[in-house]
Amino acid sequence: MAEKKYRVVHYLNQFFAQIGGEAKANIPPLIKEGAVGPGIPLQQALGEEGEVVATVVCGDSYFAENIEAAAEKVVELVCPYKPDVFVAGPAFNAGRYGIACGAACSAVSNKLGIPVVTAMYQENPALDLYRKEVYVIPTADSVRDMKEAIPKMAGFMRKLGLGQEIGLPQEEGYFPRGIRVNQFVGRTGAERAVDMLLSKLRREPFQSEYPMPTFERIPPSPAIKDLRSATIALVTSGGIVPLGNPDRIEAASASKFADYNIAGVDDLTPDAYQTCHGGYDPTYANDDPDRVLPLDAMRTLEKDGTIGKLYDLYYVTVGNATSVANARKFGKAIAEKLKAAGVKGVILTST
Amino acid sequence: MVHVATIVPISLTVGANRIVPAVAIPYPLGNPELPEKEERELRLNLAKKALRALQVEVEKQTVFEE
Repeated sequence: MAEKKYRVVHYLNQFFAQIGGEAKANIPPLIKEGAVGPGIPLQQALGEEGEVVATVVCGDSYFAENIEAAAEKVVELVCPYKPDVFVAGPAFNAGRYGIACGAACSAVSNKLGIPVVTAMYQENPALDLYRKEVYVIPTADSVRDMKEAIPKMAGFMRKLGLGQEIGLPQEEGYFPRGIRVNQFVGRTGAERAVDMLLSKLRREPFQSEYPMPTFERIPPSPAIKDLRSATIALVTSGGIVPLGNPDRIEAASASKFADYNIAGVDDLTPDAYQTCHGGYDPTYANDDPDRVLPLDAMRTLEKDGTIGKLYDLYYVTVGNATSVANARKFGKAIAEKLKAAGVKGVILTST
Repeated sequence: MVHVATIVPISLTVGANRIVPAVAIPYPLGNPELPEKEERELRLNLAKKALRALQVEVEKQTVFEE
């Protein structure tokens, strides 16, 4: 007796669905019978076990500009086909397409309870938005990777279609979702760590259990030629804020930075300022906030002409367990504002 | 930009190009053990050091020990 084939609905953008290029990026969601475009090799890879019963298509711009409405419409179109698996893309490095794939998968998963999977390049901005709720398979950054992407997607879809359990990212080949799963391991962390260290010392290969983020190297900025006429700004990750922390910058894992006006302020005093940083003993900073944000010293240097001017605003965040991603974001935003304001140099203090 | 920070290895790791070592984690530009006047002078000197670093051309990451 033949096994029932698992049913798949595939999501594509207007380009891969062979409807058109940018000129057709505004088309609203529609559905076609069977497999279309990359859905055809996908169907071939699924063989006799699965069937791509329909393909949902939407213009990339339409989706990106109407995410909620488009996702809802996709759900509406998918529902009557009662698929066992919903697959979107691969989107490679296309941002709008990535967002459409992620949002479509997310909506289908949440509203219809159907297993979903998509695929994109690791730098696709949509990845971070959807990786926690949707399985995303890594691809290279362009359509040249289609031949490699299809079998990877098909393999994963097969597991979903057959109701098999999905294991760890490194086993199954999807982007880690940031979900922690407790496991019992034969040896304690201390033993495993010492073993790794011994391997490292012996110059033998070892597998880190926690890869550290990599930091880019930025070329040094040119030296300031004329300090006496330059506007210098103070920035701190030490959490020095007006008393009461009016903008509620978090003591750890800061989600924001703030700027405060110090025009006319010569000295930071405990009746007006405090630290909100939860990662160091706050006693000394609260007694004299200048110890972290050296306002008094900078005023002296402004008054005696060493620098042209101390910028009227200072920027602050809390560098305690701040995610690298956020730190980068804050740094870029602060730098842009300072540059636009004609600031020539920054003293960044950290605790 | 000059980074006035206590833990220089961290500053190096994250890629700061001009680094001035600070006094201590809870008081990078201070020292509560010193009398007030001397503490202010210490802070002023550190700030001057930071400004000097901004005026030096560097080709790679540089820690201004001095």
